[in-house]
Amino acid sequence: MLTLLFDGVAYGMLLFVLSCGLAVTLGLMNFINLAHGAFAMAGGYVTVILTNRFGVPFLATLPIAFIATALVGALLERLLYKPMYDRSPLDQVLFSIGLVFMAVAGVDYLMGSQQQILALPEFLKGRVEIAGVGIGIYRAFLIVVCGILAIVLQLINSRTRFGSQLRASVDNRRVARGVGIRVNTVFAVTFAVGSGLAGLGGALGAEILGLDPTFPLKFMVYFLIVVSVGGTASMYGALAASILLGLADVLGKYYVPSIGGFVIYIVLVAVLVLKPQGLFARAN
Amino acid sequence: MVSGMSSAPAGVAGALRRANRWGVLEILLWILAVAAWFFLPEQHLILAEIVNFAILALSLDLILGYAGIVSLGQSAMYGVGAYAAGLFSAHVTGEPLSGLLVGGLAGAAVAFLTGFLLLRGADLTRLMVTLGVAAVFMEIANQADWLTGGADGLQGVETAPLFGLFEFDIFGRTAYAYSLGVLFVLIVVARIVLASPFGYSLRAIRDNPLRASAVGIPVNPRLIAIYTLGGAYAGIAGALFTQTQMFVSLDALSFQKSADGLMILTIGGTGYLYGGVVGALVYKLIQDVLSNLTPQYWQFWIGLLLVAFVLIGRERPRALVRAVSIRLARLFAGKAASRRVAEEKP
Repeated sequence: MLTLLFDGVAYGMLLFVLSCGLAVTLGLMNFINLAHGAFAMAGGYVTVILTNRFGVPFLATLPIAFIATALVGALLERLLYKPMYDRSPLDQVLFSIGLVFMAVAGVDYLMGSQQQILALPEFLKGRVEIAGVGIGIYRAFLIVVCGILAIVLQLINSRTRFGSQLRASVDNRRVARGVGIRVNTVFAVTFAVGSGLAGLGGALGAEILGLDPTFPLKFMVYFLIVVSVGGTASMYGALAASILLGLADVLGKYYVPSIGGFVIYIVLVAVLVLKPQGLFARAN
Repeated sequence: MVSGMSSAPAGVAGALRRANRWGVLEILLWILAVAAWFFLPEQHLILAEIVNFAILALSLDLILGYAGIVSLGQSAMYGVGAYAAGLFSAHVTGEPLSGLLVGGLAGAAVAFLTGFLLLRGADLTRLMVTLGVAAVFMEIANQADWLTGGADGLQGVETAPLFGLFEFDIFGRTAYAYSLGVLFVLIVVARIVLASPFGYSLRAIRDNPLRASAVGIPVNPRLIAIYTLGGAYAGIAGALFTQTQMFVSLDALSFQKSADGLMILTIGGTGYLYGGVVGALVYKLIQDVLSNLTPQYWQFWIGLLLVAFVLIGRERPRALVRAVSIRLARLFAGKAASRRVAEEKP
């Protein structure tokens, strides 16, 4: 039981890293980016290729995955996403669906459609027994890494100059411009960091979630759930939503496999209808 | 309430009637579609598939193009219609027309029940709610394998000959004629609905819900009504798919289906009923050409096309069609007709 709880939390932490970038673009910038999962997939493939083909140590590939996807994100933001910021939600959806299809078919072409297997280093494999609770070392590692990331992100968002510039740009783009904030740059950096985090999440999750070309479609709804349930008030909202979702998914699939699959979707619809701003929304 | 046409001034009534007359391009399209049955016998299967996609996109056009409801979950109604028709055929009778009715009713029921979830919230919320609803139905169908066959698909679907006369063969001869007939009836019904005061009130809601409610249009009931009608259309499209393929799988409920419908409608353009037909034709042609060149990866190019479309502006193809139909109308009927086409969409 406790092991399951532990797995659920680890899974939730992973979802948080994967979707916190989307929490910013969708939740704060109001841009519906269904292609968010494609960045996660890119990060996953970077790690798999580097470890399996070039023998780079797993831990060293993580920052590379982050930087590589952040660069791709920055490039795409400049070239493609920027003109879409002010378009209708439908345009944004169509645009990002198009990107998803391109990513899925492109990765299929380059890497093949089979599931990629990531060779974890020895010291992250196996389990330890602590006070009678079996704990997977890799899952413990995930919780630590993702926990640190969550705290750092929240501090950046709430304590730094950049964080307040971002919040100002989101609240009122024109006024933010008026007081001299370079809104475009702020958005570009945010988008790149969000993509990079997705890439890092994809790299960390390649072992647990599985990595194949349909990854962006398979997990799209999960990311959207985290954002819509978590709201956009702070990183903690998204974190809480991720952990709840992770727990619900792991426990649901274990104890009530017959309904576990769609309970989370019903929760999503209920939250959206009853509290469109998310459960952890800031008071308006 | 919106005043009926009878009480409107004669000039307005006349203009509205003119605006809803059949256009030259429209008639030409139907002639070509029927001619294709006679002259392209090898292509019947693909043509039937095109018509099926066209009906799915038409159902989306009703809610998106005319009432402004964005949706990522049309597959819920399509898939439920497909499964309803499949189960009806496997357990009750394989007679196609009653199966179509069952599929349509099932789609309408799903749309009616979930339509209430769409009344709150803006576009973003609607997109996510419809996506979530479709995911719920997908999971239910996946879990209820005693009913739906789960991931293996529903077995034992058989379609009896149409009117007891025309067998559904492997070449799609009957399938294409049958699908085309269904599309024709659906378009005629949609034309009648959209030319009614109800139809005009929908466009008023689409353009400005606040003003529409200020002039006394009951916005929410109207939205639910058109969403239900769109659901019925999607259900019929699903049922048609089941009957012509004699098989249903979870694909019918997948996100891919909703995305296909939306892509096709985008390629063809919204708000003139034929966007689905044009889009499905283009989509299928691209798929056919590209899958000969790069068998598995044609979706890449579809994605690229979609991205390019949105970046350039979705309105362009529709503008092109409108320009051509104005030209044609001038050629055929002189000035009066061209004014009519121009009035169709100011």
